[in-house]
Amino acid sequence: MIEEIVQALQLGFMRNALMAGVLVSIACGIIGTFIVIKRIVFISGGVAHAAYGGIGLGYFLGFNPVLGAIVFSVVAALGMGLVQRRTRERVDTVIGVLWAIGMATGIILVDLTEGYKADLMSYLFGSILTVPTRDLLIMLALDVVIGILVALFYKELLAISFDETFASVENVPVDTIYLILMCMIALTVVMMMRVVGLIMVIAMLTVPAAISSQFVTDLKRMMVWASVLGMTFTTTGLWLSYFLNLTSGATIILVSGVGYLLALGVKRTFFQGSAESEIGELAAEAG
Amino acid sequence: MDQDRSDLGTPGRKAISIHNLWAGYDNEIVLRDIDFTVYEGDFIGLVGPNGGGKTTLFRVLLGLLPPMRGVVEIFGEPIRKGRQYVGYVPQSVEFDREFPIDVWNVAQMGRLGHRGLFHRFTDEDRKVVAEALRKVDMFDLRDRPIGELSGGQRQRVYIARALATEPKILLLDEPMANVDPQMSSTIYELLKELNDQITIVMVSHDMTAISSHVKSVGCINRQLFYHGGKEISPEMMEASYGCPVDLIAHGIPHRVFPDHHHEEGTS
Repeated sequence: MIEEIVQALQLGFMRNALMAGVLVSIACGIIGTFIVIKRIVFISGGVAHAAYGGIGLGYFLGFNPVLGAIVFSVVAALGMGLVQRRTRERVDTVIGVLWAIGMATGIILVDLTEGYKADLMSYLFGSILTVPTRDLLIMLALDVVIGILVALFYKELLAISFDETFASVENVPVDTIYLILMCMIALTVVMMMRVVGLIMVIAMLTVPAAISSQFVTDLKRMMVWASVLGMTFTTTGLWLSYFLNLTSGATIILVSGVGYLLALGVKRTFFQGSAESEIGELAAEAG
Repeated sequence: MDQDRSDLGTPGRKAISIHNLWAGYDNEIVLRDIDFTVYEGDFIGLVGPNGGGKTTLFRVLLGLLPPMRGVVEIFGEPIRKGRQYVGYVPQSVEFDREFPIDVWNVAQMGRLGHRGLFHRFTDEDRKVVAEALRKVDMFDLRDRPIGELSGGQRQRVYIARALATEPKILLLDEPMANVDPQMSSTIYELLKELNDQITIVMVSHDMTAISSHVKSVGCINRQLFYHGGKEISPEMMEASYGCPVDLIAHGIPHRVFPDHHHEEGTS
């Protein structure tokens, strides 16, 4: 086993894949934390799927689909963010519609594109094993940008996540901060597209943060632990998929899912000193 | 921003002055032709049925809802500027118990208005926050996650957050919702103490509780009835509909009605 691991590490693509997993986990942990506490998981899903429209556009007009994905996801994120703040429409409906429109646009544009569409599937389901070194640098740069933005606006981001009304009374530029957060979500989504694919981006954004929120009560610690958990899941998933010859993106997601369920179990068994569990125990004894 | 506020200490100054205010949402006018003056040092309880416009009035005062018509001034200044003198304690019904934040960081949000973008909180901010938490007796629990607090403790943290803004006026929206009776009398005592320096306006649908603790009572139900006294006239009751419902539902409190002359200490 160890020999095989050492052998695999000789392979450039495996080293890049592991590195990519670590790099996206950092952004995921930071941004995922805000997504979970601000309860905008659904919007992030919308942004991810709308990004597919940009990929289709890239194919159709013959430019790098990743650029298209960046543009589409940023526009979708800003659009959904504005819709959520400004209209009195049912927000989840609007997001659901934009979600579908983005996806459908992508599919149609790809249909209209002549020729062989080799790595189309890789955007949907991820292709962590084919991440080139250049992309690693982009991921690193995005991590740095996200880190700096979050550090700069930390107290405002915390304020709008906890109590938006109070934040606006205190003259925090709530809309601007919210849109900055939306942009960071969009960039994170594009970055993760390489690793797990657009369809499963939601899981990678939410699962590590959701687990860490079960165990810590401080926002910064939640980000750190979410990042660490993300790295653990991507690395574990990657090795599993390597040895079992499975799709790596899906394996990573499944590993995360299992981790989530385990965490729930652990939390229930060991961390609930509350009256609720006491009642449960008493009832169990009585029964 | 940190201008000297000591010049506001003259008693009898108008803290809030509302003239001919109409406000509401889209097609629904909630508040009609409101005239309302709050003087410095007042402790006013506004009662009225749910949906009567209590929260809408607060949203206008906090600059969250632009009035459709009318003039609203806080210490003689328009809301945008005047709201810096206002500390706001929201109704704490909805709440995410798992939100990863402790008592200190919630209270510290009261300093956001003093430290704009790109500025870190200073030692002075920390001093003000500590003092605010001590005032509400929550300083020892400052590291406690907010989700582990009782309703009454959480309410006191929100009051501390409002105090951290160093307000001249305190607005409280249903402060005793989700608070047990014993804790609510502690909070009323705290408010009474704060009232020495801060003008207080609170809204509630529970007239009995409010009327025995405040200096004066008003009714709000689309319109606002306030005469600066502690009595509610039959005319006010009738006009503001919902109010008598509360009165009857909770038993008639002597203090609220004029001239009963046998006020005992039962409150």
